[in-house]
Amino acid sequence: MSSAEFVQYLISGITSGSVYALVGLGFTIIYAVTRIINFAQGEFVMLGGLISFTLFHRGGLPIVPALILAILSAAAIGAAMYLLAIRPSKKASVVSLIIITIGAAIFIRGIAGQELTKEFVRLPSFSGEESISFLGAHVDPQALWIIGTMVVVTIILHLFLNYTMVGKALKACAINPVASSLVGINPKTMALIAFVLAAAIGGIGGVVLAPLTPISYQAGVMLGLKGFVAAAIGGFSSPVAAVAGGLLLGIVENFAVAINWGPFTSAYKDAIALVVLLLILIIRSGKLAEEERAG
Amino acid sequence: MLARLQSKWAYLAIAALFAFLILIPFDWFLGQYTTLMIFIGIYTIVTAGLCLLMGYTGQVSLGQAAFFGMGAYTSAILSKTYGVNPWLAMFIAAVMTGAFAYIIGYPIFRLKGNYLAMATLGLGLIMWILFRELSQFTGGPDGMSGIPPLSIGGFVFDTSFRRYFLVWFFCLAVLLISQNIVRSRAGRALRAIHGNEAAAESIGISVDQFKVKILVLSAVYASLAGSLFVHHLRFISPQPFDFLASVKLVVMAVIGGLASIWGAIFGAGATRILSDEILLRFGEWDVIIYGLILVLVMIFMPEGLFVRLRELFERLTLWYRQRGVEP
Repeated sequence: MSSAEFVQYLISGITSGSVYALVGLGFTIIYAVTRIINFAQGEFVMLGGLISFTLFHRGGLPIVPALILAILSAAAIGAAMYLLAIRPSKKASVVSLIIITIGAAIFIRGIAGQELTKEFVRLPSFSGEESISFLGAHVDPQALWIIGTMVVVTIILHLFLNYTMVGKALKACAINPVASSLVGINPKTMALIAFVLAAAIGGIGGVVLAPLTPISYQAGVMLGLKGFVAAAIGGFSSPVAAVAGGLLLGIVENFAVAINWGPFTSAYKDAIALVVLLLILIIRSGKLAEEERAG
Repeated sequence: MLARLQSKWAYLAIAALFAFLILIPFDWFLGQYTTLMIFIGIYTIVTAGLCLLMGYTGQVSLGQAAFFGMGAYTSAILSKTYGVNPWLAMFIAAVMTGAFAYIIGYPIFRLKGNYLAMATLGLGLIMWILFRELSQFTGGPDGMSGIPPLSIGGFVFDTSFRRYFLVWFFCLAVLLISQNIVRSRAGRALRAIHGNEAAAESIGISVDQFKVKILVLSAVYASLAGSLFVHHLRFISPQPFDFLASVKLVVMAVIGGLASIWGAIFGAGATRILSDEILLRFGEWDVIIYGLILVLVMIFMPEGLFVRLRELFERLTLWYRQRGVEP
């Protein structure tokens, strides 16, 4: 592998890794506050992409308002999902909650396919299609937008969680919901905020991804799984860990495909990520079981 | 007296059900629904396995379509490409799928709840990718056709009418076997595991072993159903074994009532009728309706729709009895 090829694979790995990181952030936030794994997390990315495309092409909105509206819509759908599907099921078991979020996921997906579009959609690049040369590699400028967005979102999230009242309340609720409710933090409100945040971050992932890769209404499952892998590598412990997990997965996935031999070809790219998922889950199973008991 | 009366009614009900099932495929009765009923029978077999797994051990599987697909593809490839006798192919498929479930069972059941669900989802998707990409064996996304039918001696199951009886023979056999398991010592052990794993372990139930056994059983059921499925359609493609297929299987189990074997017929039946007869003309609305069903059933009746309906029925009959009216 030449150094130019190496850089090429590395950058595309970081790019897809950034998207997984954004999805992984959503998983981590919701899990920390509610101990729910939201199987619909990938759908928010899909919604971000599809809604912005619909507003831009069919609604004729300029690109920036279309993007912002798409992110807000994803956040609103996240809120609706929590209020309509999660909150009414107060004492549901883990299995029930899994089935509920899956039900919500295929419901959202079905509506998106029916009401938005069944085609693969692609937004125009934010800053031209001209690729940039970097250390001998050709970089799509949209890739830089994706990486940059991920970095900015992570920093803002970090500041939000550590330096604002609401953010600190979220963290408190994640650490100990009973104790935090004693000091006036309402866990239900916090759960709602977590869903809105996670959905908005997913939506952001969708709008920055849509100019680089065509997105269809079915994209949510795979994006969700990979985001879950990202969060699982990070152990659902902190946003930064989820980001690191996402980047790691993206890079591993791209270099595995670069081997281009046997099962290591682009046809099996998704399968590689899934094998990573299984390995991580099984290796960490002891610790995960402990957490589940404690949580 | 009441117990005897109840059992008499139960036998009558079962006899009526049998008569109904036997008469369905005749043209003068409900012959136009023969194909639908074949699919209901096939999916009932898969659902029964999933009900055992989810309802009695409290473990969720989001990858059951993988076992279904393994049975289907093994049968298809062996009987078509290698000319193996279809019955032998069906047997080999069941053994292979069961062995696969056994091998993955121990590592995967070290996980619980959310993580187990994700792991089964991942496994299901891996198998689906393999079905699609190993095109030199599976025919890839286009699938393969010309799979031979099943036959006994010179009697070939080449019409829907004949296959109907074949499928329902297997289906009822599977349901009876499952019912016996549930009512046996093993079934009580399973319920104990569902109730409280630590407590079950403490009274000497080997929790992991039981879970793996049930996973293997559910995989063998799914494999059998898969074999019947390909020998019925005589065609195979990856589409019936994708993620959505696994979710639909969970829908069937949830509607049927997670801890009710006979509910499997109800779950598979209601779901197939909804998909094939009612929602077909509305495009892909079935997926949306399924999502809604999953959420609503889990919020309002987490023990399953069928179980709740049966409770309601029992309460009604009790109410009538108290008023001195025999049903």
